Parts: sequence; C-alpha cells; structure tokens
Amino acid sequence: MARDKIRIGCGAGFSDDRIPPGVEIVERGELDYLAMECLAERTIARETLDRAKDPSKGYTPMLLERMEAIMPPALRRGVKIVTNMGAANPMGAAVVLRQHAPDWGCPNYTCAVVRGDEVTDILRAHPELKLMEDGAPLESLLAKMASANAYLGADVVAQGFATGADLVITGRVADPALFLGPMLHAFGWSYDDYDKLGNGTLAGHLLECSGQLTGGCFADPGMKEVEDLAGLGYPLADVWADGRVEVSKTPGSGGRLDVATCTEQLLYEMHDPSGYITPDCVLDVSGVSFQQLAKDRVVLHGARGKPRTATYKVVVGYFDGYMGSGEMGFAGVNAVARAKLGIEVVKERLRRRGLTYDEMRIDLIGMNSLHANDTSMAPEPYEVRLRIAARTPDKKAAEAVGAEVRSLHMQGPTGAGGGINFGARQILAVKSVLIPREWVKPEIVMERAA
Amino acid sequence: MSIRVYDIAHARAGDKGNTSNISVTAYNDEGWQVIHRELTSERVLAHFRHLGAGPVRRYELPQLRALNFVIENALGGGVTRSLAIDPHGKSLSALMLTISLPGHNEGTR
Repeated sequence: MARDKIRIGCGAGFSDDRIPPGVEIVERGELDYLAMECLAERTIARETLDRAKDPSKGYTPMLLERMEAIMPPALRRGVKIVTNMGAANPMGAAVVLRQHAPDWGCPNYTCAVVRGDEVTDILRAHPELKLMEDGAPLESLLAKMASANAYLGADVVAQGFATGADLVITGRVADPALFLGPMLHAFGWSYDDYDKLGNGTLAGHLLECSGQLTGGCFADPGMKEVEDLAGLGYPLADVWADGRVEVSKTPGSGGRLDVATCTEQLLYEMHDPSGYITPDCVLDVSGVSFQQLAKDRVVLHGARGKPRTATYKVVVGYFDGYMGSGEMGFAGVNAVARAKLGIEVVKERLRRRGLTYDEMRIDLIGMNSLHANDTSMAPEPYEVRLRIAARTPDKKAAEAVGAEVRSLHMQGPTGAGGGINFGARQILAVKSVLIPREWVKPEIVMERAA
Repeated sequence: MSIRVYDIAHARAGDKGNTSNISVTAYNDEGWQVIHRELTSERVLAHFRHLGAGPVRRYELPQLRALNFVIENALGGGVTRSLAIDPHGKSLSALMLTISLPGHNEGTR
C-alpha cells in the first residue's frame, strides 16, 4: 500500500553498539521502521566459524540482549524492524528469538528471513575470479577461506516486508540497503527511479552508523561542542514518496545534528564522491548540500543515483596466521629509556629462541602508537607503555610475544609494571571479489512458530 | 606565519581495507580558501608517507567547503590484519589536522 511519508530510525550502528539509545528512539521517535546495522566486514567470518561448531549459532552474539530490549516496545508501537543480526545464520536468529520472545511479552509476531547471501560454494566453483585488492586469483585464498557473503541490496529487504512481516532478519546486506528497503516497500520505488534511490541510499548511508550522525565522533572541547554527549540520541529520517529526505534524531536526546555533523558523516568511508557503489545504485554525492531547517533537523539536497552495477561485491573471510602482542608500562625518571631497553630485550629473547615473524610492530604508547610519528619531536612523557605486536603463521611463536613481554615484570628493566594484553589470536582477514548478479539467488523464508 | 589545519577545519577518518579516507571540512569560507589552495594531495602524502601510505587522491566538494582525501596503504596492511593499535585509523583525522599550511596574514577562523 503506497504511503506519502515514512519515518525510519537507526537502532544500532555496529555489532556491540549501545542499547539504551535504541530503546529511546523506539519509545520516543514515533517511528514506522527501525533498522539495526550490526555486521562489520569480518564479523560474519567469526559467526560462520561459530556456526561450524554449533549449527544453531552463527548469529550476532548480542542478538538476544539487544532484541529483549528493542522488540517489546517496537511491537507494542507497531514499529517494524529490519536487522542484519542474522549474520551467518539468519534463520537460526529467527528461531532463537521465537524461543525467547514470549518471555519478553511478545508471543505474536511474524518474521521474514532473507537467505542466499552466502556464496562459499559458488566461489569454490570459480577459482579464476580476481581479487579486487591485488588482482590475484581467488584460488590463492580458497584453502584458507572461512566465509564468503555477497552484499545484497534493498530489494530483498522490501520483499521481506512485503510478506507483512513485523521483523525482517538478514545476513549480509549492504548497510544503506537496510534503510532503503523500507522505502522501496512503502513507496513502491523501482530500480529506475534513480534519484529516489540516490536520496534513499544517501539517507541510509548517513544513518547506518547510529550516533556518528548526531554528534558522536565529533566533539572537540573548545572547538566543536556537543550538547549532552553522554545522552547522545540516535538518528532518524523522514522520507517522502517523492524522494525528499529530512534527518533528525530522537526528540529530547543529547548530541547535535547539523550541517557539520552531516558533512562529516557524508564522507565517512567514501572514496570518489561521484561513484559510491552500492547494490542498489551508484550514488553520486558530489553535488550534495545540507540545509538546516530547525534545531537538529536537516534536509538533504542534490543526491543522484545512477544505475546499479551488474555485479555483487563478495567479502571473503580467510585465515591469515596469528597475531601475538603484549604491553608493559614504565613511569618516572628515565621511563622512555627503560621502555626502549625492554623492547630490545624482548626482541633479543625471541631471536635467541629462533622465533621469526612476518612482521613486527613496536609502539611506545603515550608517544607514537597511533600516528607512528617520530618521537624525537615530542617531549618525554612522565609515563609510557611499550607495546610489541607480531604476525606469524605459527601460533606458538605468536604466544611467545606476549609471554616475553610479560616476563619483563621480573626479568626486564627496573620498575616495569602494569603489563596487559598478553596473548595470541587467529587473524581473520578479508578480501573482495565481484560476481555476476545472476549467480546469487536470494530467497525470503517465513519463520513460523514451532 | 603558518597555520594549522586544526585551526580552520575539522576532519573525520574512515576505513576500507588498507585505504583510509579523511574528510577535511573548513569552518568558514576563508578557511575553505586556504585548504582548497594549500592542502594539496602532495602535502598530505608528505605528512602520511612515514606510515607507508600512498598514493593520495583528493576530491573537492566546494558547496560543503570540504575535501575528501583517499589515502591508500595507510592502514598497516588492512583493518583485519594490521598490527596497529588503531587498525581502523580512526585517529588519523587528528594527524591530518596537525598539518601546517604556509603563512597568511588574515585570521581565518
């Protein structure tokens, strides 16, 4: 049924995002739809491994905690939800929600599940595909592949809502598509309504990182003030059938939403502003401008959509050895020299054990750990932490890094204290390939109460 | 007299693979004139080269008084495999703002 206007809110912008502002926007935002984006590039690889250990798992670990807080107020108010928290197992997510929802006072709702983003079998059949990063054949990763998922578009989200579902659970869907999907469903936009697709995709791009549009990642005391940053509210978009978009945030919440915050978020993770490729359109924001209509309310102008490409982007998760690390602190007179001695001692002890590493990184936290700057430029701090991190195919060699840093407590320079972050972890890296759209067969499946 | 980018503009860093993009937005029109003229991709590359970064591409959005810099190879091999303490390079926006631009007599903020 066609409508004139809908309001879509963002309830989460990353897998571990804060829950209270999500509840707040449901309760006070007068929303029609709530979208929650909880899937970083490599997250789904981790979930795929979880599913391999337990076939009922593989959804986002925070699923139950988040939905226990969000679903009851959303269903009570008729707010429809879409989320990619299904990760590597959208149906598993739907099933476990159904098991718990009655305890939350939600016995009756309908849930549509989007499947088909997982393309590991397709990739195994096409080792000749070229990796986008370096042009190497996909074959070089296949033996180490942990996951492969195509970024689906808004069409599958719209199809999910077309079933009448209160809740649409997906795996890998492009982040802005979670927001564009409700618009396609509500307004019946088609894939040649280019500028409407452009406006809707831009709205999704602005909203998908939750508080980053509303004053998060922004405050700088004395330069850029944000009112009540602690009470930061999440953003929402009012979207009209003709493609007009105004963005705002939860009434009465903290934070700020204005031309400056919109400009920063517009360019966040964007390369060529005239060619931002999504599964739904190629978005051109090179002519976008923002106009403040009222406090915390901005209208978007000038987004243009161009036809979608013939391919889906697939992110391939693969094992890339191990990373080991450790940190140790020094303070007071000559702290930096003692930290530097500690570094040399650890490196020498690893060398005498015959351990080698593909890459090793040395940081002096407090001096150069974030910008890798030349420390001779900076005054010596009162305290400093050494950090050593190294990558290797050998798990034991990775573990040795943290162990040798830890032993500086007793066998290093004097006054070594506050050691932390010892250990090794397996690295799940990602690369990308493009595959023809027709290879991917998304499907909408209804989850039914058992 | 030189001026810091920090004094006339604000910035945000994003990541994709081994590429960092950093937007720089001037607070006002005078600041825009300065960053548009002086904050060249060559100058940015010189300030990020010690990270192993480059090449750098610059995009202009004059109606927003914003530049968008796309800095390849800035993230230690990529977010997922970097050994850096800040693999996403979230803090690199602050590195951009430390760049000094050549002298101007007019106050620009």
